Amino acid sequence: MDFTLSEERRLLSESLRRYFSDNYDLARRNAHANGAPYHAASVWSDLAGLGVMGGFVSEADGGFGGGAAVVAVIFEEIGRALCAEPLLGTLMGVRLLAGFGRHDLVEAIVSGESRAALAVVEPQVACNLDAIEAQARQAGDGWLLSGRKSAVYGAPGADLLLVAARSEAGIGLFLVRDAELAATSMIDGGGVADIVMEGLPAECLAADALPAIDDVLDLGRIALGAEAVGAMDRLIEMTIDYVRQRRQFGRALSSFQELRHRVVDMVMELEQCRSIIIRAAASFGTPDQARHAAMAKNLIGRMGPRIAEEAIQLHGGIGMTWEYPVSHYAKRLVMIDHQLGDRHDHALRLAAMPRGAEAA
Amino acid sequence: MDLEYTAEERAFRDEVRNFLRKELPDDIAAKVAAGKELAKADMERWHAMLNARGWLAATWPQEHGGPGWSAVQRHIFSEECALHDAPRLVPFGLTMLGPVVIRFGTQAQKQEILPRILDGRDWWCQGFSEPDAGSDLASLRTRAVRDGDVYVVNGQKTWTTLGQHANRIFCLVRTSTEGNPQAGISFLLIDLDTPGVEVRPIRLIDGGCEVNEVFFTDVGVPASNLVGEENQGWTIAKYLLTHERTNIAGIGFSTKDLARYHALAATMRRDGRRLSENPLYAARAAELEADLEALRITNLRLLATARDGAAAGIGSSLLKIKGTQIRQDLQSLFRSVLGPLAAPDANGLADAELAVPADAARAAAAYFNHRKLSIFGGSNEIQRNIVAKQLFGD
Repeated sequence: MDFTLSEERRLLSESLRRYFSDNYDLARRNAHANGAPYHAASVWSDLAGLGVMGGFVSEADGGFGGGAAVVAVIFEEIGRALCAEPLLGTLMGVRLLAGFGRHDLVEAIVSGESRAALAVVEPQVACNLDAIEAQARQAGDGWLLSGRKSAVYGAPGADLLLVAARSEAGIGLFLVRDAELAATSMIDGGGVADIVMEGLPAECLAADALPAIDDVLDLGRIALGAEAVGAMDRLIEMTIDYVRQRRQFGRALSSFQELRHRVVDMVMELEQCRSIIIRAAASFGTPDQARHAAMAKNLIGRMGPRIAEEAIQLHGGIGMTWEYPVSHYAKRLVMIDHQLGDRHDHALRLAAMPRGAEAA
Repeated sequence: MDLEYTAEERAFRDEVRNFLRKELPDDIAAKVAAGKELAKADMERWHAMLNARGWLAATWPQEHGGPGWSAVQRHIFSEECALHDAPRLVPFGLTMLGPVVIRFGTQAQKQEILPRILDGRDWWCQGFSEPDAGSDLASLRTRAVRDGDVYVVNGQKTWTTLGQHANRIFCLVRTSTEGNPQAGISFLLIDLDTPGVEVRPIRLIDGGCEVNEVFFTDVGVPASNLVGEENQGWTIAKYLLTHERTNIAGIGFSTKDLARYHALAATMRRDGRRLSENPLYAARAAELEADLEALRITNLRLLATARDGAAAGIGSSLLKIKGTQIRQDLQSLFRSVLGPLAAPDANGLADAELAVPADAARAAAAYFNHRKLSIFGGSNEIQRNIVAKQLFGD
């Protein structure tokens, strides 16, 4: 076993960290994240230039990465910087497009010209694809979609909208170029949209796309988990600094044992989260993929919000303010639990899966 | 990044598995699986079998009779032993005193003590804690006063695990009251059959007697039984407590317990359905499984760090805290599956009368017994202090 990052991944991680620290402070982030178009075109093209979107797909598919470990490295830096660019939808979208042979579109995404979003969630569907109600029916050469998609992250401004809808063949995947969106920003920054579809024209990528969507959702879960690890890491650094410097009752907060122990527990849970992401990334593409992705999303979903709550509490009133970064990291960590299935969804998913060989 | 064991490590794991499957006596494994107390003879039998195989003193250098294993191999061995219901090796001679003697002992002490640990002639126990010095060892009071060629020892030790089976004890004793409290402590070896020594069992929460009090009244101990320099005991104790931590997370025990839980949940029924189909229990078990899988990787990460020569640092404390939390959570889950069926008094439990498997019938006793995990070996609060010191750099 070997837990060191490959040279290539280390360089990618370093160049992203340097880029964010030089170009992306909290004021700039918040200015972009909380109002239309909910992201910054210049940051997007910088990230494309640094190879981020290229890291999402393999060389064979027109990129120069593609492994889950590379995706995890990228998203950990996204999380540390609290970057609100809509990368998750683009990650999942470009993988699906590559899988269905749409190399022209993949190329446009890798170069930063196109952005994709994946519309799975409906008001009654969080992560269980079987419950999808949106309908797709064939009409002449094309398809028409009806139903409603909700909380589609990254949809505002995306030119490639991938919509999961029920066809006669199963759950299919459809490409929509032009839809009317009800866009809004989220509490943790970044844009989402609801899409009301009433005979919306679409192109069929696959009439039965269930395994492909399942797959890409697992990769999205790993990416979100890695983002959470980056955010937790930064949040804990800020908390340690604060507790060390802040004085109350004539002494540093860090001299109170109760507070010290709570910080230790945060660090311990962070290391557990880091481990489960390493595990899930290594299992991606193996028979253990779904199990370990579910474990990761469950553990991250339990620990992310807890670390967010502890960080706010240990900062006291300052942790409640808009001005201080802690509050924004905390919001992102909590909302990550709600994306692509929360801790409860994944505990039940995991419980329903066959157990691994190592327990036998 | 590669999470898998190397081909050599996998071959080693297979060798250990084959050995355990062939050699571990069924009667002993059955007792371990059922959570029954082992007789002294059971522990001695397994100890002798491992000694014959050359696998007993996993942490000792080869020149003193160790097998020459890497940290990863030691981890694999511990994990496999737990998965196959091998008895826990009594650690006091093998992983505590042995390495101390090798590091701090005189040539004569090495020649006398080490072979007797290996062949089982000596059963050592540990005399660190006292009624007023548990995790705070610096405040210990048992006095050893030098008088010519002997130390005269007076005082009381407590929580002496399996002391009822032991013939010798290694103690921290106060040899000076000068300077700070840590500075006046020495590391002394005492024969338990010396006049003035009395061992009294302490009955614990689950009804069992696995720990003891040891009283010393004017006990004469040859000065040659001092390990290291006089007043160097604190350094030696710290070495002993931190030097071997490959099994501290207890991954093998938790893995085995989780498998036991699933086997039981598949057969137990509550409110007309299998417990394994009860979403609340299924979710609790699933979350514990995720915790355990994460800890398995955390443990491997720390082993890899140790192998690459970097200091494990805060790692062993984190493994202890999280590992014991998970083991305790598993015991809670196990107990709650059975409810009142889990609660017969473990002592004198007659297998023939049980409505549930023996390990299940002992679930409540095991749950209470496992509360010790976060208390002994440096309480989890002490471990947090150790980590906090590093985090805050003070």
